[in-house]
Amino acid sequence: MSFSMSLIAQAPAQQSNVALLMFLGFVAATLVITYFSAKKSTGSSAYFAAGRRITGWQNGLAVAGDYMSAASFLGIAGMIAFNGYDGFMYSVGFLVAYLTVLIIVAEPLRNAGKYTMADVLAYRLKPRPVRAMASLSTLTVSIFYMIAQMVGAGTLVRQLLPGVSYEMAVIGVGVLMVVYVVFGGMLATTWVQIIKAVLLMSGSFFLSILVMAKFDFSFTDFFRSISAVTFTGANGAPVTQNFLTPGLLFKNPLDQISLGLALVFGTAGLPHILIRFYTVPDAKTARASVVWAMILIGLFYIMTTFFGFGAASLLGPDYLKLHGGTNMAAPELARLLGGEVFFAFISAVAFATILAVVAGLTISASTSFAHDFFTNVIHHGKEQRPGEEVRVARITAFVVGALAIIIAIVLGPSVNVAFLVGLAFAVAASANLPVIIFSLFWKRFNTTGAVCGLGVGLLSSIVLILISPDFMKEPLFPLKNPGIVSIPLGFLGAFLGALIGRSEPDAEAKFAELSVRANTGLGAEKAVAD
Amino acid sequence: MAAGDGNTPRDPTPIVGAQTDVAPLGRSAAKPPHERTADEERKVADWNAIYAAPAFQALLKAKRRFIIPATIFFVIYYFALPYLVGYHTEMMQRKVWGEMNWAYLFALSQFFMAWILAGFYVVVAAGWDRKAAAVLASFRK
Repeated sequence: MSFSMSLIAQAPAQQSNVALLMFLGFVAATLVITYFSAKKSTGSSAYFAAGRRITGWQNGLAVAGDYMSAASFLGIAGMIAFNGYDGFMYSVGFLVAYLTVLIIVAEPLRNAGKYTMADVLAYRLKPRPVRAMASLSTLTVSIFYMIAQMVGAGTLVRQLLPGVSYEMAVIGVGVLMVVYVVFGGMLATTWVQIIKAVLLMSGSFFLSILVMAKFDFSFTDFFRSISAVTFTGANGAPVTQNFLTPGLLFKNPLDQISLGLALVFGTAGLPHILIRFYTVPDAKTARASVVWAMILIGLFYIMTTFFGFGAASLLGPDYLKLHGGTNMAAPELARLLGGEVFFAFISAVAFATILAVVAGLTISASTSFAHDFFTNVIHHGKEQRPGEEVRVARITAFVVGALAIIIAIVLGPSVNVAFLVGLAFAVAASANLPVIIFSLFWKRFNTTGAVCGLGVGLLSSIVLILISPDFMKEPLFPLKNPGIVSIPLGFLGAFLGALIGRSEPDAEAKFAELSVRANTGLGAEKAVAD
Repeated sequence: MAAGDGNTPRDPTPIVGAQTDVAPLGRSAAKPPHERTADEERKVADWNAIYAAPAFQALLKAKRRFIIPATIFFVIYYFALPYLVGYHTEMMQRKVWGEMNWAYLFALSQFFMAWILAGFYVVVAAGWDRKAAAVLASFRK
């Protein structure tokens, strides 16, 4: 480690200044947006749902921006650079997951809800227990995911800008995300996502073009070079490996299937993605925005082929091991192909990526706490003073930001937090998705079922992670991702809970109303007039 | 700042006169329709009558006929990838074109599968929009 650090320290200071400058440019642009958004963010619909006036392509960019985290950009590039094909398999699940969002969840959610996923659940069930559980699960997913991003931000910034310490980076990211959310609300957060998505897409595109230029745009040559990557093996002797061979990373195929389940069913339960569908005027626009997001996300993950495998063949795992490890594959490739300025640009894109994602998570956590827990659970669905809900959300954003900074600093840069992202997806898939589906499509579903489903999904995901190889030397549960067990348990919990619980004539009577609303958009929340 | 009257709690948001849906700053007149929330529109329709209407039931049936098979299809198509790659590695390693093997090609095909299915959905869902609008129109006399 000290060896690789000393190599980084020798890098010219000039390069980090360019990166810093580009990053400051991004921060300045986003703060200007926050200032103008703050002027518009009065009232709950404006603050929590950007006035429901975001257009389809804007929301598509924002959904893509919320989704493509640093883990996607730097993490997958690195995984492909070190493990070849198995890293690329990650990319596939992230796009296919959006079919679940598009076909099953997005439109009914937009039609029947207001600000959060719990709105749909609470529609015909007893609101207080359901919202309390849904809020708990939303906060769990958001905070786990956020801590993973914050720790990632700290380690990354330290590698990209040698002058900045881990703590400074964590505090800087934390303060910025709180500023976006507290002052700018959903509107500012949305525009931060949009800018970041544009930067990320263009950065990845230029990086891919430069990689292919190295091969004279010949796919034959490109694939030939990936099929023979030479690196130093475990015994110190050089090994030549075909990087298109599956199985270099995942020894147990069940691991891959379990992860795939968490991705494909978890995305449709991620609170920070779901709340995006309330920012558009109607369900039709929500549909259009998922399609825009799918185009962008698909293109991005296909491009991981070029910069991931490109890093493997042009730089090679040996070089990358000495230059910052997996996370640095994309930036180092940019340095090789485009010089220091491009390295700085790609680094700045990585910062922007982290910042945008944590801001999206903060607003989903604070919306859920203020709307679900404070207004609806504590105050029985009525604001006691005008504007209270928004005020509580702002305070929550501040508290969540402070907590995330403290936890990320206490955990420190050396803790492996990758499992937290997997856990967030697993909780979303096992707790949130089953109850969303049952409450939308099953008349007999009741409060007991919703509370059981959320509880069992949440608990089983956390327990299975705690006894997985990430936590135990001799794991009781052999797989890294709990999805394959916890998702069926979540569905089973919701199903059995509904059968055991007393049937609720009220809930069944309101099924007709929910169904008409979800399928026709009659009575759906409208856009705020200008 | 309009927080100077001493009664309203101080709201940190700068105010520039944009309309809001909950009107936090002391407006007490009846809300114009665009400001009403879904809760306040509970009684806008006879939900049970619409739900029972044959045209609405036909819409639900049409949706189910697409959504269920489409979901089964993409789940099977997607999980075929980790299954084949994990348990039939030899077969997936066979080369198709140059160095490109079945494993990569099948993974790449997933992207196109997702896009094509999404495209189908958009076309079919446009038809549902028309049906839904027709159902609502028949109740709005």
